[in-house]
Amino acid sequence: MLFVPVTLCMLLVVATIKSLHFYTDKTDQQLIYTPFTENTSSVGRRLLNSVLNAVVMIGVIVAMTVLLVFLYKYRCYKVIHGWLILSSLLLLFWFSFMYLSEVLKTYNVAMDYPTAGVLIWNFGAVGMACVHWKGPLALQQAYLIVVSALMALVFVKYLPEWSAWLILALVSVYDLVAVLSPKGPLRMLVETAQERNEPIFPALIYSSAMAWTTGPADGEPGRASDEEAEPSGRAAAAEDDDDEQEERGVKLGLGDFIFYSVLVGKAAAGGGDWNTTAACFVAILIGLCVTLLLLAIFKKALPALPISITFGLICYFATDSLARPFMDDLAAHHFYI
Amino acid sequence: MTAAVFFGCTFIAFGPAIALFLFTIAREPLRVIFLIAGAFFWLVSLLLSSLVWFISVQISNKDSAVQQKGLLIFGVVLSVLLQETFRFAYYKLLKKANEGLLTLSQEETMPISIRQLAYVSGLGFGFMSGAFSVVNILADSVGPGTIGIHGDSQHYFLSSAFMTMAIILLHMFWGVVFFDACEKQQWWAVAAVVISHLVVSCLTFQNPEYVASLVPTYVILFLMGIWAFYSAGGSLRNLKLCLTCKDKDFLLANHRPR
Repeated sequence: MLFVPVTLCMLLVVATIKSLHFYTDKTDQQLIYTPFTENTSSVGRRLLNSVLNAVVMIGVIVAMTVLLVFLYKYRCYKVIHGWLILSSLLLLFWFSFMYLSEVLKTYNVAMDYPTAGVLIWNFGAVGMACVHWKGPLALQQAYLIVVSALMALVFVKYLPEWSAWLILALVSVYDLVAVLSPKGPLRMLVETAQERNEPIFPALIYSSAMAWTTGPADGEPGRASDEEAEPSGRAAAAEDDDDEQEERGVKLGLGDFIFYSVLVGKAAAGGGDWNTTAACFVAILIGLCVTLLLLAIFKKALPALPISITFGLICYFATDSLARPFMDDLAAHHFYI
Repeated sequence: MTAAVFFGCTFIAFGPAIALFLFTIAREPLRVIFLIAGAFFWLVSLLLSSLVWFISVQISNKDSAVQQKGLLIFGVVLSVLLQETFRFAYYKLLKKANEGLLTLSQEETMPISIRQLAYVSGLGFGFMSGAFSVVNILADSVGPGTIGIHGDSQHYFLSSAFMTMAIILLHMFWGVVFFDACEKQQWWAVAAVVISHLVVSCLTFQNPEYVASLVPTYVILFLMGIWAFYSAGGSLRNLKLCLTCKDKDFLLANHRPR
């Protein structure tokens, strides 16, 4: 059920990284959330800088999440809507325009600005309508996948190597704490939403089935581009469950999609080895299986990042350092195992 | 080294496996889950065996090519044995999980039978094994270059693709036979699966004499296929019924309610 969207998002990211050089070209430009450079002379200094980068990034994520929960708790819905609409505008128009221009550059296809403008306008406007207002479920799901992939690509491009791995590890620890501990912001968010009997911002979360339609025009907002969307999954009993029996309306936060894709994207970007990418892919899917299994057993909101990211990180480093030389040697001698 | 080679080799290597996946597995989420879990078990077995190989290479004499080749052969044998061990471990896990699934879903019958699990897990092993063997080669075949320019064999890509197809199908047959043998406690059959896997891998030591490795591999594939067919409950009678579209059970089972 959730495999297909997660797989699609990861495939999109990997395909983009392997074909467009833009997202793997090393630039000295970094996000302001990772202010320390990794181009240092000594290994110790580089390690220190990446730890500091990770701490800063996680600090930003924590701050944004706490702010979001605060705003939600005190019912400042307009502020939240405005924030999320602004960020989805950025994603749907600007980042997709960047993506389109890179695709055109790579394949050396000429396109005039009016045509590009019309394309991007249509893409963005329909996206805004689907994600924030009403639209066919499949189209909304497709837009959420594309938006997550675009965000993940930005992270893959602008996060320096070691910082990226540390950030992935730390964000899964944060996810664990934020969703499970009683004062964790994400847990408070889920509980407040359940108390008020409202769905949690349907556009910050990917849902595999239309559980219920909310009433009026507060089309729940899209996700912010520069903060962490709730990486939590929970099973919601679908009222009008006219799909197959397995469909239980499981929801997965867009942040989960993004960080899964960042992991696989970093695996694809580093070295060009497909074995590592395939290994991370399988590891993440297995982590997702285990998480869904735990969800079926415990029936409450669970963090979807820790298990998958742990498996993914272990498999990445193990495959890259151990399995890769072994398989290369086997291929050179043309042995099969 | 053209798109034709790339697509040709990809479809040779993965065609049957992808067809099997699309027609029998893709629609059932439970089967997909077990397929991916099978792939993960194969991956873990590979990681363990490459860990052992890596350590042995580090403590060996890196300049001696003979020693390195010997270590590689040792690595291959160890990897095959570990793969079969993990297949057994997966079987044990599935037996336990089946009991758990039964209590969890509170139904009378298991949602997925052990034979379906055998097929799906074998295919999972095969997919991962095939992917690791051939994907890098396929990626290289898209780019520029001339195969065999330094005097190596010109049939590298094609033979890789055929070998990979054989290995994927073999893993599937091995899975079916293995699980069936474990169910019936026929340990000689388990040993036969392990030995045939070893034989197939050791045949590839003769590469680049591809004929010497590919032909026996395909013979083994054919024989294992027949064995798997019989152990999965097939027989000449129901094969004939199936081919002449007279198999009532099959027709009834596939009748979807509107």
